[in-house]
Amino acid sequence: MKNVGALEITTPSDREIMMTREFDAPRRLVFDAFTKPELVQRWLLGPPGWSMPVCEIDLRVGGRYRYVWRRDRDGTKMGMGGVYREIVAPERIVATERFDEAWYPGEAVGTTVLGEQGTRTTLTQTMLYESRDARDAVLKSDMEKGVAASYDRLAALLAWPGARGVEQRAQPS
Amino acid sequence: MQLSGYGQKAPRRLDATFAALADPTRRAILARLASGEASVAELAEPFAMSQPAISKHLKVLESAGLVSRGRDAQRRPRRLEAGPLAEATEWLERYRWFWEGRFERLDALLDELKAKGKRRGRTKRRGDHR
Repeated sequence: MKNVGALEITTPSDREIMMTREFDAPRRLVFDAFTKPELVQRWLLGPPGWSMPVCEIDLRVGGRYRYVWRRDRDGTKMGMGGVYREIVAPERIVATERFDEAWYPGEAVGTTVLGEQGTRTTLTQTMLYESRDARDAVLKSDMEKGVAASYDRLAALLAWPGARGVEQRAQPS
Repeated sequence: MQLSGYGQKAPRRLDATFAALADPTRRAILARLASGEASVAELAEPFAMSQPAISKHLKVLESAGLVSRGRDAQRRPRRLEAGPLAEATEWLERYRWFWEGRFERLDALLDELKAKGKRRGRTKRRGDHR
């Protein structure tokens, strides 16, 4: 946890996933970077080759946020959003989260806590899922991701026909 | 409004792809087919497995759309279909980013904000300096 940039992931209960990361900046700045759309749009850009055309934040209890990412190559979109339940600037945000294309069942509640140590900030983000199954689905995709690293070489080998195949499939219907 | 570029069948197709990939023999078959099409006998050779056992694995790969059959009626060579694999990799990439890559660019932005804050602080404190 001491290392800036290192992401630590734990499971505090059977419906939760907690991640911790340290930033070399005071928490006021980290809070701004998480809550001001013009700042969020500068870092939360999506996977390589994607951009973030939509970033709407209504920062008040009951207010909504909405993020949409777009793959520039073919216009494929990935969206998510939710509602703020608690806001204590600059230390705590609780908000719901739901992806347009579900990768886990139902809705999750995310609690973001910013702790300040001198000029550094520790971000702790705890996601509470609707069920153990939903939590496990997320963990499973996390593990599959590890397996995916071993497919990367294969995928690179296939890059030219694969990329074409995916583009054809990814056209909005 | 359809926000996702994938059709309705995408999750089921991804399930089939991941299930098919969850076996080392099947991954080895795919790796072999990546270097060119091969008959069942040719595929069975390096695996110390019977042809029926290999055929069973091929059936799983075929129903997941990862492998197809070539035109040669006698050899019936199997061929790699890259689409589903690339799609699965691409899908995983998104969530890999969400978990691991999300904060990568935040460090740089925070450095910039810190620098700006310092400049502003200095200007405020000694306003007569430029």
